[in-house]
Amino acid sequence: MNLVLVGLNHKTASVDLREKLAGLLTDLDAAYQHLRKQPAMAELVLYATCNRVESLCATEEPDAAIAHFRAFFVGHKVPPGDLEASLYIHRDRDAVQHLFRVAASLDSLVVGEPQILGQIKEAYRQATRHQATGPILNRLLHKTFSVAKRVRRETGIGDHAVSISYAAVTLGRKIFGSLAGKTAVLVGAGEMAELALEHLKSDGVGRIIVANRTLERGLQLAQRFGGEAVSLEELADQLLPADIIISSTGSPQYLLTREQVKGAMRRRKHRPLFFIDIAVPRDLDPAINDLDNVYLYNIDDLKEVVETNWQRRQQEAVKAERLVAAETLKFQEWLATLQVFPTIIALKEKADRICEAELERTMKQLGPLTEEQRQALEVLTQSITQKLLHDPIIFLKGYHHPQRPTRELDTVRRLFNLDPDRDAELTEED
Amino acid sequence: MGNALIYLTLIAYFGATALWLAFFLAQRENLCRAGAWLLAIGLVFHTIALIARTWAAGYLPVATFGQSLLVSAWALVAAFLILYWLLPIKVLGALSAPLAALMVSGDLLLPQGHGVVSPLLQSLWLTVHIILALLGNAALTLACLGGIFYLIQERQLKAKRFGFFYRRLPSLEQLDALNYWCLTIGFPLLTAGIITGSLYAQHVMGRFWHWDPKEILTVLAWLIYAVLLHERLAVGWRGRRAAILAICGFLVLLVAFVGSNLWFTGYHSFASFLKKP
Repeated sequence: MNLVLVGLNHKTASVDLREKLAGLLTDLDAAYQHLRKQPAMAELVLYATCNRVESLCATEEPDAAIAHFRAFFVGHKVPPGDLEASLYIHRDRDAVQHLFRVAASLDSLVVGEPQILGQIKEAYRQATRHQATGPILNRLLHKTFSVAKRVRRETGIGDHAVSISYAAVTLGRKIFGSLAGKTAVLVGAGEMAELALEHLKSDGVGRIIVANRTLERGLQLAQRFGGEAVSLEELADQLLPADIIISSTGSPQYLLTREQVKGAMRRRKHRPLFFIDIAVPRDLDPAINDLDNVYLYNIDDLKEVVETNWQRRQQEAVKAERLVAAETLKFQEWLATLQVFPTIIALKEKADRICEAELERTMKQLGPLTEEQRQALEVLTQSITQKLLHDPIIFLKGYHHPQRPTRELDTVRRLFNLDPDRDAELTEED
Repeated sequence: MGNALIYLTLIAYFGATALWLAFFLAQRENLCRAGAWLLAIGLVFHTIALIARTWAAGYLPVATFGQSLLVSAWALVAAFLILYWLLPIKVLGALSAPLAALMVSGDLLLPQGHGVVSPLLQSLWLTVHIILALLGNAALTLACLGGIFYLIQERQLKAKRFGFFYRRLPSLEQLDALNYWCLTIGFPLLTAGIITGSLYAQHVMGRFWHWDPKEILTVLAWLIYAVLLHERLAVGWRGRRAAILAICGFLVLLVAFVGSNLWFTGYHSFASFLKKP
């Protein structure tokens, strides 16, 4: 049995091409039905995320399977030239390693991002729903999940925030412990600020206040985040209920000064206050950071956090790669043990055939026998062949070399002449 | 018998120290859970050892510096385990466990005094005074350790340099909550310790107050904690100031505990507890 993985990702294909192929996987029922019809596809899993479209199959005829995948992709309005340029094909060991790397988020656009594992789990659930998987892919996928979890647990690959908005959330957690029930104030608007607010909200921030120069825009944003809107003039009053303030306006002067915040701190009984200043030029007086229990981060501070975190992630990724390589080898060994089973079965079948034929001949020569005598003869032949085959089978199961599984297998097959046609071909060539 | 138990306690505390330090470095949850269990097992041995000693002597053995260290370590571990159970702050064990282990070692290493024990020590009142004071000390020790962690973590967040400690230490709010809880538990205990002590002094020696160095220093520490607690509740002081005051208060208590026994003379010093026969 061979493994084949065919796909493309953000490194090899344009977003345009990825979209087209991902679109064809949205109708999973049709895709599975179409591909399952091919006899080459013994076991099958398809998955697509915004950064990749990949299909994995266990097959006896890898070349036929690859051809089917190509035809399937081209059949959906993808120019064959574009497809050829961006498609990668991994077989066996490489396919296993690739899948492990993808699930462990080593192949992601943002290395270490946690969503990919969930997406692969969901894809596997879909595949089992279509009864497209079998013993090999079941085992491979379960192994993949445990490898990905191990990578996450044993390396720090997911520990460090690598986006500015998420860095703000992790800083908030170090200040407040939990963000549940905290109040966030968004001053101004802007993509990064809104993203940060979204992150804060999904992390449990309870109340959201939007302060904007134009009340209409403020109301719009407030509605989107389920918060309340105030005007920019009321900002100083919002220092009292606020815990986290994200500022991102185009104002040329400081919106809040050290003195304003100092006065507010006394009134808020020194509850900690976390400022995130994304604006350039800055909205908030840098001297605010000198006050006790006040923490001010501007865009450069956050960028620096992200930069160092990137470097840490890269270091952790090296550890993760080592872990993936070791696990790939282990799975390869298991796959190799699978390869000996057809040979063992062929051996036993051959022995049974010989026994039957010889018994029949002997019976004719002996003439009429009682039932007991006949049974005794059968038991005799069976136990002789069983004992003869016992050691070759043990040898096959236990002593074959995982890196070169075919060598011993080949010897045994030739020794017992299990593939008569092949040897005929060989002699013809000579 | 008594010492065998103390050796077992010591082994448990040092084992817990190793586990907690490993937890601090590797950040594996099961390491700190194992560390807490080992500390709890050590505390059981410790408790039995103290009961055995008290039973044998007929009074709580605090006549030498080493002996009082043993009782202090017991209070520290007990206070730590209660806190561990109540608050989600695990890292404190990385300081508390080694401290307890060193204090118990102190009992074994420091010279055991011989002589006639002052009758002042052989009273139930005094036992109550000592236990309250030492439990208060233990809670306030933890407040100080938490304060040290707070200052480190706050420094990193303010300076925006995220080093070795940033990831390993809990959030500022949790460390500040630790300060608050230790203070609200430790301060009343310390107060009760001072009151029972002065009542006993009045009863035995006819005066509440003796201008003894330990008395003066303890009351000074008490004043620092009183100010801190008042400002916390009334004005909302918290964070860095609260951490610094908790550390200051503890340093004064430390001088009162160690210094008054080693450097100063007074009726609280150990020299006066044992009379040469």
